[in-house]
Amino acid sequence: MAATDIARQAGEGCRTVPLAGHVGFDSLPDQLVNQSVSQGFCFNILCVGETGLGKSTLMDTLFNTKFEGEPATHTQPGVQLQSNTYDLQESNVGLKLTIVSTVGFGDQINKEDSYRPIVEFIDAQFEAYLQEELKIRRLLHNYHDSRIHACLYFIAPTGHSLKSLDLVTMKKLDSKVNVIPIIAKSDAISKSELTKFKIKITSELVSNGVQIYQFPTDDEAVAEINGTMNAHLPFAVIGSTEELKIGNKMVKARQYPWGTVQVENEAHCDFVKLREMLIRVNMEDLREQTHSRHYELYRRCKLEEMGFKDTDPDSKPFSLQETYEAKRNEFLGELQKKEEEMRQMFVQRVKEKEAELKEAEKELHEKFDRLKKLHQDEKKKLEDKKKSLDDEVNAFKQRKTAAELLQSQGSQAGGSQTLKRDKEKKKTREEKSISDRTCTTPGKHPVVPCALVVCAV
Amino acid sequence: MSKGLPETRTDAAMSELVPEPRPKPAVPMKPVSINPNLLGYIGIDTIIEQMRKKTMKTGFDFNIMVVGQSGLGKSTLVNTLFKSQVSRKASSWNREEKIPKTVEIKAIGHVIEEGGVKMKLTVIDTPGFGDQINNENCWEPIEKYINEQYEKFLKEEVNIARKKRIPDTRVHCCLYFISPTGHSLRPLDLEFMKHLSKVVNIIPVIAKADTMTLEEKSEFKQRVRKELEVNGIEFYPQKEFDEDLEDKTENDKIRQESMPFAVVGSDKEYQVNGKRVLGRKTPWGIIEVENLNHCEFALLRDFVIRTHLQDLKEVTHNIHYETYRAKRLNDNGGLPPVSVDTEESHDSNP
Repeated sequence: MAATDIARQAGEGCRTVPLAGHVGFDSLPDQLVNQSVSQGFCFNILCVGETGLGKSTLMDTLFNTKFEGEPATHTQPGVQLQSNTYDLQESNVGLKLTIVSTVGFGDQINKEDSYRPIVEFIDAQFEAYLQEELKIRRLLHNYHDSRIHACLYFIAPTGHSLKSLDLVTMKKLDSKVNVIPIIAKSDAISKSELTKFKIKITSELVSNGVQIYQFPTDDEAVAEINGTMNAHLPFAVIGSTEELKIGNKMVKARQYPWGTVQVENEAHCDFVKLREMLIRVNMEDLREQTHSRHYELYRRCKLEEMGFKDTDPDSKPFSLQETYEAKRNEFLGELQKKEEEMRQMFVQRVKEKEAELKEAEKELHEKFDRLKKLHQDEKKKLEDKKKSLDDEVNAFKQRKTAAELLQSQGSQAGGSQTLKRDKEKKKTREEKSISDRTCTTPGKHPVVPCALVVCAV
Repeated sequence: MSKGLPETRTDAAMSELVPEPRPKPAVPMKPVSINPNLLGYIGIDTIIEQMRKKTMKTGFDFNIMVVGQSGLGKSTLVNTLFKSQVSRKASSWNREEKIPKTVEIKAIGHVIEEGGVKMKLTVIDTPGFGDQINNENCWEPIEKYINEQYEKFLKEEVNIARKKRIPDTRVHCCLYFISPTGHSLRPLDLEFMKHLSKVVNIIPVIAKADTMTLEEKSEFKQRVRKELEVNGIEFYPQKEFDEDLEDKTENDKIRQESMPFAVVGSDKEYQVNGKRVLGRKTPWGIIEVENLNHCEFALLRDFVIRTHLQDLKEVTHNIHYETYRAKRLNDNGGLPPVSVDTEESHDSNP
């Protein structure tokens, strides 16, 4: 068999070769882009902020449309996340936009767990993607990516500093998603207060170690603009979908008795900057950061948690597969062991119960026997008594008849004296018979002394 | 695109407001088609520009493999394709002319730049293919090499701590050189293409097409196409991967009329009609490589580089690689272990 001889030349040092003419692969980015355009893009924004800070209005203003939805009430018992997906089309680019909004954030009395549903939601999206990636038959290029690419955190325009809820939530989110803090409803703050507010916010974020998303400055084309924008963070925005006529144009604005705030006027608020940065300059970077940084971090933690390690020095290919199998076998073995244990315990209990029952049965038998014996004894006794009584009754009857006979003879022969004498004789005879009887051997039935009540003639 | 259903959406929204200890993972609702007349310019289409800039910065990888018997002009063709000396011709090797006893695989990488686009081109040569007396299974080393590249990529992908950009050494395109006999395909050709069309994109090419007249050329091409079809060999662009009607019509045209491309390669320039052109000088005339009347080199070049380069990479990544991965994950243990060579050979991609 022909064996392979793999020789790799020019390993590290790939030399650059000059081209002698136009080859044509500079159309490669176009080919790539065309493919992506035909597939469509997707972008997912998460809006976190208290109820009534203008999240939905800002989304409407950013994307120049009216997304349907009703404002939420303040009476939510817990933080919920509401997600809506829209298909936007501009020239030949189709964008699948998903806007996720928190409902009821900051409304509860006890806000300790407010951040939790948000973090769980973000993790759930990563988990779904990870599951798809780990499948054997997977369709990654057709997969609708639902991972959150940008998180706009709405800060209430108090003018003082960040609320503790804000700090806690942002700290929990900064390692999972690109956090972009913005000051909402910033027409409530005057310009001087605003600069102070921004400085305070940035210093608080820094001192608490919250890593917000910084616009990338490594690409020369956008480095400058991104650099200047980074200095303006957090952006102070105003949202409005109402249009008013200013000068001779229709602009989005909010009208107050003391003047009109124009949304797209850079002197009034930072809305234009936000739109530039979020959509026109850095959308792709946000997506890439989500995939290469946040998702990879999640994936690494999850896999390590599940017990996988990277290949050790003497690894075989697919330690993932084998670890999986080993874990599965382990798990099944444990299950079996537990089953065995439970079964044994069950058997033991049954035995114990049986023994107890047997004991009880035995006792019952014994009791029954005892009682029966007692009963029999009693019965015997009674019968004896009865017998003796009967005997005495018979004896008495005999004597009675004998006495009557004598009496009838005596009444014929003598007078009442003989009757008396007979009576006496009878009495003495009775007494004699009594004494006889009392002296009789125990061979005869035992005497019951009271049986002689019968002697009253 | 289904129209939005407001009722179900608000219902769903209402149901989500019912207190629940855990929020439901967001199932994307049915997308609502917004009327394309947006009330103003948002700037979504700038994403194209952003993406283009990004890809230009990161650069591209492309790996092309050439397979064919010696002397068919493989190296020359590759040099002509990329207009530079990316492939060293066998005849210019300094060592003694030895036909390799086995099929060797030689991969050489170069970085070429054009119009701000940097491309790392790797040409994989297979000297010794089809040159022995007994050529049984001479495609096996090639198949093994291709699978090894997939294996490497898979290993990187499966790592816990992954590199930001996994170096892509998978073979994106394989040019198979058919000898211009004028009759039909050789059994070796059929066997090779049958085995490898399932793992890599094969583009059959008729080499040294200047030995055939126009009629002979078209007849030969027809016969080759017929034979490929009869043997069930799917060469690139594969029929089953046509995504929409547009692709299908375009690709059908290429499949039925142009392929396999009959090419002539040359890296020497001559003066023709006042212009300097690449060509081959013969006593009976100069064959211009880029002249469509003379040969189909320009078609091949446009096809591979200017229009379908990205698609070649996509098909390799989304289809061939995924097939390999699924197979590997499914019968892990059934496949013979990958040779230790890959772990010893140093990484050629920095």
